[in-house]
Amino acid sequence: MAEVTQLIHQYLRHNKKFPLVFCPGCGHGIVLGSLVRGVHALGLDKDDVVVVAGIGCSGRIAAYVDFNTVHATHGRALTIATGIKMANPELTVIAVMGDGDAFSIGGNHLIHAARRNIGVTALVLNNFIYGMTGGQCSSTTPEGAYSHTSPMGQLEAAFDIVELTRAAGAAGVSRGTVFHVKALDGLVADALTRPGFNLVEALTPCFTQYGRGNGFKNAVEMFKWLKERAVPLEAYEKLEDKSGRIPIGTFVRRDVPGLEARYAAMREKLREMKGGAA
Amino acid sequence: MSQVRKKRREAFLLGNEAVVEGALAAGCSFYAGYPITPSTEIMETMAKRLPQLSDGVFLQMEDEIASMGAVIGASLAGRKAMTATSGPGFSLMQEQIGYAAMTETPLVLVNVMRGGTSTGLPTSPGQGDVQQARWGAHGDHPILVLAASDVPECLEMTVTAFNFAEKYRTPVILLLDEITAHTREKISLPEPGDFEIFSRLVPTMPPEWYKPYEETLRGVPPMPPIGKGYRFHVTGLTHDLQGFPTSRPEEVKALVERQFRKIDRFFHDVQLVEHVATDDAEVLVVAYGCVARSARLAVRQAREAGAKAGLLILKTLFPFPRIHVEKLMRACRLVVVPELNVGQISREVKRVNEGHTTVRTINRVDGLIITPSQILKEIS
Amino acid sequence: MSASSKGQNRVVVYPDWCKGCGICIAFCPKHVLAAGPDGKARVVAEDACVNCGFCEPHCPDFAIVVTPRAANGRNGRANGNGAPAAGQDAPESPEQPQQPAPKEPDKEEHP
Ligand SMILES: Cc1ncc(C[n+]2csc(CCOP(=O)(O)OP(=O)(O)O)c2C)c(N)n1
Ligand code: SF4
Ligand code: SF4
Ligand code: SF4
Ligand SMILES: [Mg+2]
Repeated sequence: MAEVTQLIHQYLRHNKKFPLVFCPGCGHGIVLGSLVRGVHALGLDKDDVVVVAGIGCSGRIAAYVDFNTVHATHGRALTIATGIKMANPELTVIAVMGDGDAFSIGGNHLIHAARRNIGVTALVLNNFIYGMTGGQCSSTTPEGAYSHTSPMGQLEAAFDIVELTRAAGAAGVSRGTVFHVKALDGLVADALTRPGFNLVEALTPCFTQYGRGNGFKNAVEMFKWLKERAVPLEAYEKLEDKSGRIPIGTFVRRDVPGLEARYAAMREKLREMKGGAA
Repeated sequence: MSQVRKKRREAFLLGNEAVVEGALAAGCSFYAGYPITPSTEIMETMAKRLPQLSDGVFLQMEDEIASMGAVIGASLAGRKAMTATSGPGFSLMQEQIGYAAMTETPLVLVNVMRGGTSTGLPTSPGQGDVQQARWGAHGDHPILVLAASDVPECLEMTVTAFNFAEKYRTPVILLLDEITAHTREKISLPEPGDFEIFSRLVPTMPPEWYKPYEETLRGVPPMPPIGKGYRFHVTGLTHDLQGFPTSRPEEVKALVERQFRKIDRFFHDVQLVEHVATDDAEVLVVAYGCVARSARLAVRQAREAGAKAGLLILKTLFPFPRIHVEKLMRACRLVVVPELNVGQISREVKRVNEGHTTVRTINRVDGLIITPSQILKEIS
Repeated sequence: MSASSKGQNRVVVYPDWCKGCGICIAFCPKHVLAAGPDGKARVVAEDACVNCGFCEPHCPDFAIVVTPRAANGRNGRANGNGAPAAGQDAPESPEQPQQPAPKEPDKEEHP
């Protein structure tokens, strides 16, 4: 397996300070690994890959990877990614976002990116919490969970990222966890190859801001929790008692060309019409 | 089209439509926006025109924040890109304007000012966004704010806005008002070669040597389009020369200072005004936008009546063209600043006055225009 | 990766990057790793490693490398490095990750 780590090093910016800025046991670093392996699996040139990240601990990933990187404003990564992809469809554009980033402040952009099926891969690092600002609830914080802004337990319901993105019309939607990292690698690589808007939700523990306040003893306990709770979709569907279980795998796979491709076709058609008239 | 040379194409255009002609002449190939009165004609015209370009892109986004995001992304990918909006949308764009200023991403934003705050007076003219254009985004940052007062100027100033954006790697805000945007006038359409067109400098050194935020002679570092081998980091955090976040005081200071210096150094280039009978003027009107039209007539009438009146039309609002204003103030006994707000440019005029002269304001915020006779009364 | 037999793998933890989260320790099926006095992971039973593939991709900090011994030996020779296999704290093979650059003051800013 030595090549796993060696590979990562080919894609890291070695002028950056290491180790990663993340807390011990933060799953974000594992997702960073999946992202790199996904890009590598497709044999993409670093110059052709753009990572647009939002603001949050998850957004810090952008500075570490040796691609074209944009650290956007909080919640707006997809808007910048959309502009880049439409301006240059040749580029592989990946938006890396936290749950708060993608589904709270950036929720509107997310559903519209899915609806218009812009050819961007969205990687959502869902830790059920605002990590960077110190543990406030996000739109994916489970009902009843504690956070600094839900000290008596979250009263509001959480978004189901998969169902929301499916309903919004995305070409691809999948969910993985950092415990099931091989599967996550596959989901990321698959999303990167497919046209249209493809979202991968990665469940990733944040012990510091979420686990500690919700009965976990340490980061390892959170990884165990993921191991126990997450079930591959096919098995999940056969479960009699689904409560407390989280399906993982690919939920949506639609063949929809990306907006950039449909736009180019429209322009081409216009030119033909003009040419025909002349 | 094989036409006889020199025969210029003419058109009867709205100010908003002239903006589109200017943008296309300047090389704009990307528009993202969200509809709002009284700017919508810009968007609708772009929707028809851009797909006709071989690489043109028009996007209707989900809101103004997204519009700015898409424009920033397109600019990072090497496009000349713009958006247009009006008051409420302009407010939504502020965070992204700051991001563009911090990351030194060229773009053009046209704000067609309507009356009032909040939803205000959507179909009436106003000039209430002037200080917001300068200081709307949080934090100290340089920005260029331009204004246009008639249809030909809508075209010219849009070209200028793109040129400045590219030259100085900065967002440029062009302020129109409902009257200027919705006035239809005959203008001659631009032909290639009519305008000097500036495009951002791209790096020519090997990628390993490239520092995206390096100090250069002009203070403006070259900017490669994404995907051409120069992989660098763009962030809204204060950053070092390589573009990576820093909070080291000396690096932060150097960044902020260079960002201001790149504009300050070229004050003469960016401070655009039009002088109307100012040579021997004793009474000066300082105006911009649709008010400048009323002022032009008022000054002519005052001159006909024998008064030594002059008019300075501001085409650049920020950085405030103090070089021009100050000089004239020393020679005039009275300066009148008519505006469709409670006094936003007059604050700047008063700021540079330093006791040379008397400054009087004419302010109107009822959704109606300032008439020539209103100005005439003050200057004769 | 075919090698999965015991006693044939070298397991290296880079202490500069390891944050002692304990994930590798908790999930290693062969108990190859244990926490040292500083809380960071230590290789305590290298011979037991079956190169199962868990620890490397699960380390959030890219701090573990597992190399089949044969491959490692080759690397050593290719390097022209006649020294015995490097100790776990001092990787020398050129194909192994670089040690982090000397620590500089924290430049990162929390938004
Ligand atoms: C407009 C704006 N509002 C608020 C913030 C403060 N802020 C920074 S990160 C963040 C939340 C991050 O949570 P999430 O997106 O889930 O990322 P995580 O840190 O958990 O990876 C907030 C609220 C901001 N930077 N910008
Ligand atoms: S606060 Fe949470 S999300 Fe942020 S680095 Fe720490 S563990 Fe990771
Ligand atoms: S998983 Fe990595 S960081 Fe965590 S204890 Fe093991 S080697 Fe250290
Ligand atoms: S490869 Fe598997 S057996 Fe070997 S140390 Fe890592 S987790 Fe343990
Ligand atoms: Mg989060």
